[in-house]
Amino acid sequence: MEMTQYLDIFIEESKEHLQAINQQVLLLEKSPEELTIVNEIFRSAHTLKGMSATMGYEDLANLTHCMENVLDAIRNKKITVTTQVLDVLFTSLDHLEAMVVEISEGGSGKRDVSETVRDLEALEKGEMTKSVSHKADKPAELSQSFDQYEKQIILQSKEQGFHAYELSISLRKDCILKAARVYMVFEVIEQIGEIIKSIPSVDMLEAEQFESDFKLSILTKETGEEIKQRILKVSEVDEVVVSEINTERLNDSVHKESEHSAEKINAANETKKDESSSTSAGGSAAGKTIRVNIERLDQLMNLFEELVIDRGRLEEISKMLKSAELNETVERMSRVSGDLQNIILTMRMVPVEQVFNRFPRMVRGLAKDLGKNVNLEIVGAETELDRTVIDEIGDPLVHLLRNSIDHGIEKPSVRSTSGKDETGTIYLRAYHSGNHVFIEIEDDGAGINRQKVLEKALENGIITKEMSENLTDKQCFELLFASGFSTAEVISDISGRGVGLDVVKNKIESLGGSISVDSTAGYGTIFSIQLPLTLSIMSVMLVEVQKEKYAIPLSSIIETAIIKKEEILSAHNQKVMDFRGRVVPLVFMKEIFEVPSAMEASEYVPVVVVRKGDKMAALVVDSFIGQQEIVLKSLGQYLSSVFAISGATILGDGQVALILDCNALIK
Amino acid sequence: MLNEQKVIIFQLKDEEYAVPVQEVKSIERMQHITRIPRTVPFVKGVINLRGVVTPIIDLRSRFDIEETDYTDSTRIIIVSVGTIEAGLIVDSANDVIDLEADSIEPPPEVVGGVDAEYIQGVAKIEKRLLILLNLTKVLNPEKLAVLQPLESGK
Repeated sequence: MEMTQYLDIFIEESKEHLQAINQQVLLLEKSPEELTIVNEIFRSAHTLKGMSATMGYEDLANLTHCMENVLDAIRNKKITVTTQVLDVLFTSLDHLEAMVVEISEGGSGKRDVSETVRDLEALEKGEMTKSVSHKADKPAELSQSFDQYEKQIILQSKEQGFHAYELSISLRKDCILKAARVYMVFEVIEQIGEIIKSIPSVDMLEAEQFESDFKLSILTKETGEEIKQRILKVSEVDEVVVSEINTERLNDSVHKESEHSAEKINAANETKKDESSSTSAGGSAAGKTIRVNIERLDQLMNLFEELVIDRGRLEEISKMLKSAELNETVERMSRVSGDLQNIILTMRMVPVEQVFNRFPRMVRGLAKDLGKNVNLEIVGAETELDRTVIDEIGDPLVHLLRNSIDHGIEKPSVRSTSGKDETGTIYLRAYHSGNHVFIEIEDDGAGINRQKVLEKALENGIITKEMSENLTDKQCFELLFASGFSTAEVISDISGRGVGLDVVKNKIESLGGSISVDSTAGYGTIFSIQLPLTLSIMSVMLVEVQKEKYAIPLSSIIETAIIKKEEILSAHNQKVMDFRGRVVPLVFMKEIFEVPSAMEASEYVPVVVVRKGDKMAALVVDSFIGQQEIVLKSLGQYLSSVFAISGATILGDGQVALILDCNALIK
Repeated sequence: MLNEQKVIIFQLKDEEYAVPVQEVKSIERMQHITRIPRTVPFVKGVINLRGVVTPIIDLRSRFDIEETDYTDSTRIIIVSVGTIEAGLIVDSANDVIDLEADSIEPPPEVVGGVDAEYIQGVAKIEKRLLILLNLTKVLNPEKLAVLQPLESGK
């Protein structure tokens, strides 16, 4: 049987099912008694099993089969939902996701999942033993139990000169307050390093759900011996075994996690998920949605634009001919095509839910690793954005969320001392406003420490001493986006690693959006991202240089002005102008673009003041045409690197106008 | 290799050139071209081709043949090779013929001033001499040496 034709469907559907399972398992964590949720997960897993078996992906089918058995046992009340069960389910999900990604990249979907299968089988039998009960003298074995993310952290911190150790700590058998001892051990370690993982999990340790041994993975700059001595100072600690985590092996097992964005979209505004679960591949969600290749939509858009241009011509002709009948027809055509345009644009829209869906899981894992309690509240997941923007926005959001958990939300102990609820809350909001979508990430954590930011900025030479004294809070927070900036005391996990918020800012700006941050010390921080609804439509200022028309993106324009010839000054062989007390260099478009002369120079000089970061330039043009919404077109592959031109658009008269890339004009 | 291939024939100065019909998407009349500043001289700019922005190359200039004014018979041949799509300005285009495979000969060193690099072969048909172009070479974007930004107004 020829399977390749079903591969796309298989990948898409698998992703949907995994997404669904992911969400449901998170719900299950909140309400472990809810059997309807278990049923939902069971159904998705079952479908997935059927599909992967049909397609011949055995590892995938095996793993889902074992998952199914565990879920079945839960359904039949043979076992109860504990953190441990959830952890194993999540690990299984990680494997499944990795396999599906691998398949979508053309791989065979094979993966060693024997360990997870064992864990699942153990759970099913009701054996509550932790998978990683190997002896500590086999560090190589242990490294198997790190997930993708933890491996990444370990590897990256190695580069920063940290050591990663696996500690096996045994408390005395007669220890009374086990949780307290564990807490003291944690305290000791946190003075000299970071705990990235504990087995059993922190909550289980706190609940004293362990015999007398527990394992910690830590990052520190101290030697193993030093750590051992310090921990042994905690009373009732019987034994500490320190072994260095073998990163060589970790390295081998870190897979590239490339976001494989399938070039497919859910056409039509799908808000309702298909309630009924189907067990035959390819049959789900039929009738409600249809997948359309995004290229076809682009073609549709192109053809439609042609129509709009012809419509403009018809309007002119009908005005000339003054024929009532023609007029009426043309007007009707205009109305219809206006509606058509809206439909075509909304066809490319997908709810941000698609991106937001993966966050609860990530936040859960991260908060656990950092020993913090975090509750993620998602608001406005139904807000729609253009597919192209959706594909790009995931990474920056991940970065910001990590930042909030890592630097924003305090440890439970700290929160309770400052009279806050031990559980921190992060709000992830999306909403429409005019032609933009806003996404906000707000936490009720410690806020940004102004002093620390300034110290850091001074240290990195981002600002000078004089500057630091008269910065407003807002300007000070903006420093976070300066390159190479990270305020974590110890290089922890995740949010930074030398890649700071500057990368996030660049990404957002490359999408034509902007990002700002505001914070109140002690009350929290809010990052606010403004994005265009679509990447294919932007607001520009049309200008004329001699007889040529150019479009300047509004996002980079500060303002337009008309200055007198006399106001042009010279400084160092450079023509400049005074703009609100700043000296701004003039860029003569006519010369830069070698535009053929066709007009007399006039007494007044129209300029467009543009900016790149905090640098400015004034582009000298010949006249302003006005502001317009335009459809962005690429110049094609042949002209992939044209100086100072980022693309083109087609104007109402059918002619092409070029879009300026102001960044190239500002040094 | 088929025994026969259809080619589109166009005129450039006094020579006749041929390109395979499957590489030609359409033939357009001369229309308004938007100049692209600071690119190589043979790239005349871009046109709006049914909603797609398409680069236009003046073939005379590309082959270093002296340029002339565009006339009523000037045509833009829209060609597509691999992932590249572009328009070629030619003096006129008015013929489609079938070429026998055995009538094609390897290119001599120089034909009508065009570098052998761009030529796939020549074909003699009765008294006509057709020059078969290698469009992949003609449309090689590496020939688009981007000019360095001027040091002005910065």
